[in-house]
Amino acid sequence: MRELAQRAVDTAVQRGAGYADVRVVRRNEESITVKSGRVEGVAFGESEGFGVRVLVDGAWGFASSNRLTAPEADRVAADAVRIARASATALREPVELDDRPPAHGRYATPVEEDPFAIPIDRKVADLLDADRRMNGVKGLAYTETRYNALREWKEFAASDGSQTDQEFTHVSAAIEATAVRDDEMQRRSYPDWGGGYSAAGYEHLRRLDLSGRAEELASEAVELLDAPQCPPGRTTIVLHPSQLYLQVHESCGHPIELDRVFGTEASYAGTSFLTTDKLDDGFQYGSELVNIVADATAPLGLGTFGWDDEGVAAQVVPIVEQGRFVGYLSSRETAPRIGRRSGGAMRADGWNRIPLIRMTNVNLLPQPGMTFDDIVADTDDGLLLAYNRSWSIDDRRLNFQFATEVAREIKGGKVGRLLKNPTYTGITYEFWRSCDAIADASDWVMLGTGNCGKGEPGQVAHVGHGVSGARFRDVQVGVGKW
Amino acid sequence: MVAEMTAEGLALARRLVELAEQQGATEAEALVLGGTDQLTRFANSQIHQNVAETNTTVNLRFVEGRQIGVASTNRLDDESLRRLAESAASIARLQPPLEDFAGLPEPTPVAPAAGAYSEATAAATPEERAEAARAVIAGADEAGVLAYGSFRTATERVAVANSRGIAVEEERTYGQLITVSMDPSGSAGYAEGVAVDFREIDAAGLGREAANKARTSRAAQDTPAGDYPVVLEEYAVVDLLDMLGYMGFSGLAVQEGRSFFEPGRRIGSELVSIWDDGADPAGTPAAFDYEGVAKQRVTLVERGTCVDVVHDAQTGAKAGRGSTGHGLPAPNVWGPFPLNQLMAAGETPREELIGGLDKGLLVTRFHYTNPVHPKLAIVTGMTRDGTYWVEGGEIRHPVKNLRFTQSYIDALSGVQAVGSTRRLLRGFLGSVVVPALRISAFTFTGTTQH
Repeated sequence: MRELAQRAVDTAVQRGAGYADVRVVRRNEESITVKSGRVEGVAFGESEGFGVRVLVDGAWGFASSNRLTAPEADRVAADAVRIARASATALREPVELDDRPPAHGRYATPVEEDPFAIPIDRKVADLLDADRRMNGVKGLAYTETRYNALREWKEFAASDGSQTDQEFTHVSAAIEATAVRDDEMQRRSYPDWGGGYSAAGYEHLRRLDLSGRAEELASEAVELLDAPQCPPGRTTIVLHPSQLYLQVHESCGHPIELDRVFGTEASYAGTSFLTTDKLDDGFQYGSELVNIVADATAPLGLGTFGWDDEGVAAQVVPIVEQGRFVGYLSSRETAPRIGRRSGGAMRADGWNRIPLIRMTNVNLLPQPGMTFDDIVADTDDGLLLAYNRSWSIDDRRLNFQFATEVAREIKGGKVGRLLKNPTYTGITYEFWRSCDAIADASDWVMLGTGNCGKGEPGQVAHVGHGVSGARFRDVQVGVGKW
Repeated sequence: MVAEMTAEGLALARRLVELAEQQGATEAEALVLGGTDQLTRFANSQIHQNVAETNTTVNLRFVEGRQIGVASTNRLDDESLRRLAESAASIARLQPPLEDFAGLPEPTPVAPAAGAYSEATAAATPEERAEAARAVIAGADEAGVLAYGSFRTATERVAVANSRGIAVEEERTYGQLITVSMDPSGSAGYAEGVAVDFREIDAAGLGREAANKARTSRAAQDTPAGDYPVVLEEYAVVDLLDMLGYMGFSGLAVQEGRSFFEPGRRIGSELVSIWDDGADPAGTPAAFDYEGVAKQRVTLVERGTCVDVVHDAQTGAKAGRGSTGHGLPAPNVWGPFPLNQLMAAGETPREELIGGLDKGLLVTRFHYTNPVHPKLAIVTGMTRDGTYWVEGGEIRHPVKNLRFTQSYIDALSGVQAVGSTRRLLRGFLGSVVVPALRISAFTFTGTTQH
């Protein structure tokens, strides 16, 4: 494949590209779904192809194909150059890339147990066991147990001589129990409804201990049917890591994407309130406790790699320091516009998509002093919210609203009764400024989402979030009519 | 030999079924999905992304008794196809049997969907898409705003064969232009056009529509959260049908007890009728689903009352009625989906929709909606790209965007007037044909700063 990549680069340059890069990508995926004891879906998929990205007179072109042949490499490279020339007919500011040393080397996700080497029947048996334990609880409408493994091989070559090889392995597994009575419907999931992903091998599933959590989770789903409705009002909330990671994702991870700030997602996902003047002014994003980094080197992170899809080496980029906004996720095109070097955040969803600025691992750093349990014990009156149920945020990432699967009352530092249908809402920076406690490193976990959508045509990214739980004051809860 | 989808999609599907049978399959289904997807994206009134993709994927459902395995690949040489069949077989044989497996669907008469394909769209060039982008940008320039958006031309080639005799093939195309105009203050406007033949999309007109919205959205005022009557433009109504389709109009959602749908239940006013029809040329037609079953017209809501839901082979068998032609590619744990929803037009011209609003809001579009409680059809989301205060039947001024938390079936119950014209638009999975609506009350639960 190395020859094909180089051939496409050479053809693009011969056709007039000032810069060209090529990714040859092969991806294997395996998925198993068990629903209420039935093994409903077991699938293996593979996809391979290559994408050619070119700059011609400051305009971008991209073309891709699944046919890995030399004539196709020539055709696609020529097509990319033609597309770039069409782009140039509606160009006002030619693209300029920052400088970086050519990239060379190899990276692979550390894996203890190769998920693809484990027989499928063993994996099915593990999932069936967890599913069976959930179904031992009476009163459920249905259960679902999911597993997914992904392995991706990526070869990158660029006209500056860069050549890298990378191999990624991501595994996800989750259990979910749903109880229904009349118009009421309650779901409980673990570790996360979205999938429970990690950059790891099958050891991730073993660490999750789905079977060990199944019965308690199923019982809670049934219990929620009779729980009181979460009342409206303003109160203190303590966010468990299972919800806090998505709060970081939506209200920090997306607004720090520099392409979004410059408007290139305006027609689809929107723009960002974190405009570049706020970087210059040291905008107070959160309280002094809030420290956030974009760390593409973090162990187990879905956004961990050796190089991004422009050949920029993985790095740790400060985003918020003691509450002050200090940095963006950026690319070789966008970083020079704020006088910086690329932070290495360009990632593409497979061979047939162009790299966009995506989150790596956007992590809320732990604070020494209190464990998560200490924070709860330190809370006189409030709600403990855990396990995401829904999410929404406006097109500048200011007004957000989340629902969680469970809320527990906190009274006098003790966790009390269960409440159903909890929601909370706020304005991003007001919310983060109200953060007055973040749990210490003993509770810090690397979570992530495997369904982060962005771009047109749509791209799905795996991104990581390390969090430990946190407390926020005076938050509006119980939104809407119930 | 590499099979080219353009000429050999069905032959490829049949070949895969044969290979599966050679491996011992008692039933087999092959789905071949191929095509090209080309998209030109613009922002700040210039093209910044311009992409093209060619791909063909084959998906094999291998059945031995009641054991099922699914494998897919986009490697189309003989050796890879043979390996695919072996892989699907080995997956199937390691599974516990699916005792209530309904079997693969039987062949149904499939009439070609008239108007599903446009040669012009299939042959669209980057230069043609760039020309459309320039037309949109010209409209923005005239209004003193900047243009953002994308123009997509897509060709989907679908072939399905199974061991029971299904053998169908179809080419479908569509073009889609979306644009947001924005001025430096952040005021914004939206417009969208969809057509099977991309040449029917009026790029210049859509550019002017969005630019005019952006211009008239300047100096938006604060409006407190609360219940307001609304006029939802077609771009917003798309989300109602999308979400209702996702949460409730699926046979699986009903069978799992998570749908609001009950036959005979009233969920809308008399003015609300919704159906799914792959043959209707007002949409983006398709003759069959991803199991190769002919798409039936399914009435979902008739004059406000729940009538029916869509099915695939599995949920249709469980319901004792068979597939309605709404299956998705295997393995499909999501269940069937209405990919061609249409809502009946009413008799109220746009100006009278707004004219009938004493005090309320005109909403162009929703953003980032998500179900809060699927069984109650409660959804939250934001308005964007043009929200206005209407008083005495006239648009008075733009307002800053609002968050809503609203039951969509309660919204349908409050429909007071339905627009006399409809737009063809894209939902998150398929096409949607919708009118604008005037609704008696919509619950807005929050505000933002733009």
